[in-house]
Amino acid sequence: MSTTVIANRELELDAEGFLQKPEQWSEEIGVELARQVGIDPLTDRHWQVVRYMRDKYLQTGQAPSIRSLGKDSGVSTKELYQLFPKGPAKLAARIGGIPKPHGCI
Amino acid sequence: MTRIVILGAGTAGTIMANRLRRLYAADIRARRTTITVVDQETRHLYQPGLLFLPFGGYEPDDLVRPLRKQLHRAVTLVRETIDRVESSANRVVLASGNTIDYDLLVVATGTRIAPEETEGMTGPGWREKVFDFYSLEGAVALRDALKRFDGGHLVVNIVDMPIKCPVAPLEFAFLADDYFTKRGIRDRVRITYVTPLDGAFTKPTCTRELTHLLADKGIELVTEFSAGRVDGGKGILAAWDDREIPFDLLVTVPLHAGAGFVARSPGLGDDLGFVLTDPHSLQAKVAPNVFAIGDATNVPASKAGSVAHFEAEVLTANIRRYLAGQPLTPDFDGHANCFIETGHHKALLIDFNYDVEPVPGHFPFAGFGPMRLLRESRLNHLGKLAFRWVYWNVLLPGRDIPAVGPRMSLRGKQFPRPLTAAVPEGLVPR
Ligand SMILES: Cc1cc2nc3c(=O)[nH]c(=O)nc-3n(C[C@H](O)[C@H](O)[C@H](O)COP(=O)(O)OP(=O)(O)OC[C@H]3O[C@@H](n4cnc5c(N)ncnc54)[C@H](O)[C@@H]3O)c2cc1C
Repeated sequence: MSTTVIANRELELDAEGFLQKPEQWSEEIGVELARQVGIDPLTDRHWQVVRYMRDKYLQTGQAPSIRSLGKDSGVSTKELYQLFPKGPAKLAARIGGIPKPHGCI
Repeated sequence: MTRIVILGAGTAGTIMANRLRRLYAADIRARRTTITVVDQETRHLYQPGLLFLPFGGYEPDDLVRPLRKQLHRAVTLVRETIDRVESSANRVVLASGNTIDYDLLVVATGTRIAPEETEGMTGPGWREKVFDFYSLEGAVALRDALKRFDGGHLVVNIVDMPIKCPVAPLEFAFLADDYFTKRGIRDRVRITYVTPLDGAFTKPTCTRELTHLLADKGIELVTEFSAGRVDGGKGILAAWDDREIPFDLLVTVPLHAGAGFVARSPGLGDDLGFVLTDPHSLQAKVAPNVFAIGDATNVPASKAGSVAHFEAEVLTANIRRYLAGQPLTPDFDGHANCFIETGHHKALLIDFNYDVEPVPGHFPFAGFGPMRLLRESRLNHLGKLAFRWVYWNVLLPGRDIPAVGPRMSLRGKQFPRPLTAAVPEGLVPR
């Protein structure tokens, strides 16, 4: 656990840079978090995924998996990997300020 | 009368049926409690044996036993396919249209592989050049293909997490190295391990150890590879980001999902069909009288038989409390205990939970062992082989393992740094 300051707010991050408190998030913070993982600028297509991811998490307490992102977010799996190379679910969660999806144990 | 219904008679369902039968023996005799298990199969498969079968370690008959015989006589078995759970009506609907009413439900229907969900995987070359070893048919077909294989590129791939027994594909790569070495053709076989993760395994200390082992054995490692397409005809494994890996033989661990009926049961599961479950009490989110155990849950623990065993102790206690009107205890800590077969008659042992990653040390007794944690040893290998006996004779009948409790113990474990400190980025091999 560490803290960092983005957009004048002190944020709590886990060891891998995921926001610990989703309520600390704002779109401005999302833009900066995206820049940190090399995604700049965030296009409308990126935002569609990030917002879908965040809304689902806030509604259900669970981040959607890459498989359901590809089916339900309106962005195909192929495009998801173009937008978020290497890990769409992981990167969209990180940018959207929600905890790391725990698919991997 | 209390009607307890358990869905699934695999590892977890069988353990729970036998434990609850023992707990409520007097009530069952007095016809105050019934225990009913539903499963569509007639055979119980010892799945850990599927790792060894492709290398000639076991015959299919060594791994299956009649499913009914693993359940105590006083448990009723219904041999049907489950269609859905209507938790608002406390009712299970079967594919035949029959229904079963329950007072308390345990979902233990495990996870299934879904090779058809990856483009091309079950197309040309399926079970000729492209194999899984997570099913008995797949493992047998792979054994025959390995016998014929006399050189080329063997690719071992995990399509995506979660998978059951997350170390099994690594073990497969280690055993393949051993197998081709013994056949005297190791120099003609290139082995590549291809994973969607950013390292050989999910936990940092363990990843370091396993990365060394892969390198020592000349097994190449490709990370962050999310497989999206298989072309068995041409022999190509392609990632969503268009990277391609050519193969002569592909051993894949296909996508996993929960049992199909979970998605048809309102409120029961997540988007992959795993039951939404409290990670500490094992109560399902959908209703207070529904519980889940084993591979079927969405809890962030390994999907392994050892985990089902540890969960069963906690779940039995919580069911007793629930039926007695007492509060549940949040006792499950994610404890997993896995042998990792590394080939050449050696194995590693790892012991971990939700919060503590696998570290070196001794197990189960500090300073003595006799098992070594996270170090290769022959004794660990014998432990892995002995697991088959333990499985049929200790785990399934629902007995406890001496000196190993459901809660992970910190005794004998050597921590590289204070438990709370984060692992620096650079330590995770990429
Ligand atoms: C290759 C391999 C190696 C492994 N190695 C190890 C190891 O070394 N150590 C370890 O601890 N674990 C290991 N595991 C994992 C272990 O086998 C599983 O985690 C364990 O069996 C899970 O038990 P379960 O009861 O949750 O699911 P399962 O044992 O899979 O049982 C699920 C049951 O539900 C039934 N079912 C499902 N859907 C329906 C339906 N609709 N209607 C009726 N019945 C249904 C099925 O028929 C099945 O009997 C390994 C697994 C594999 C594949």
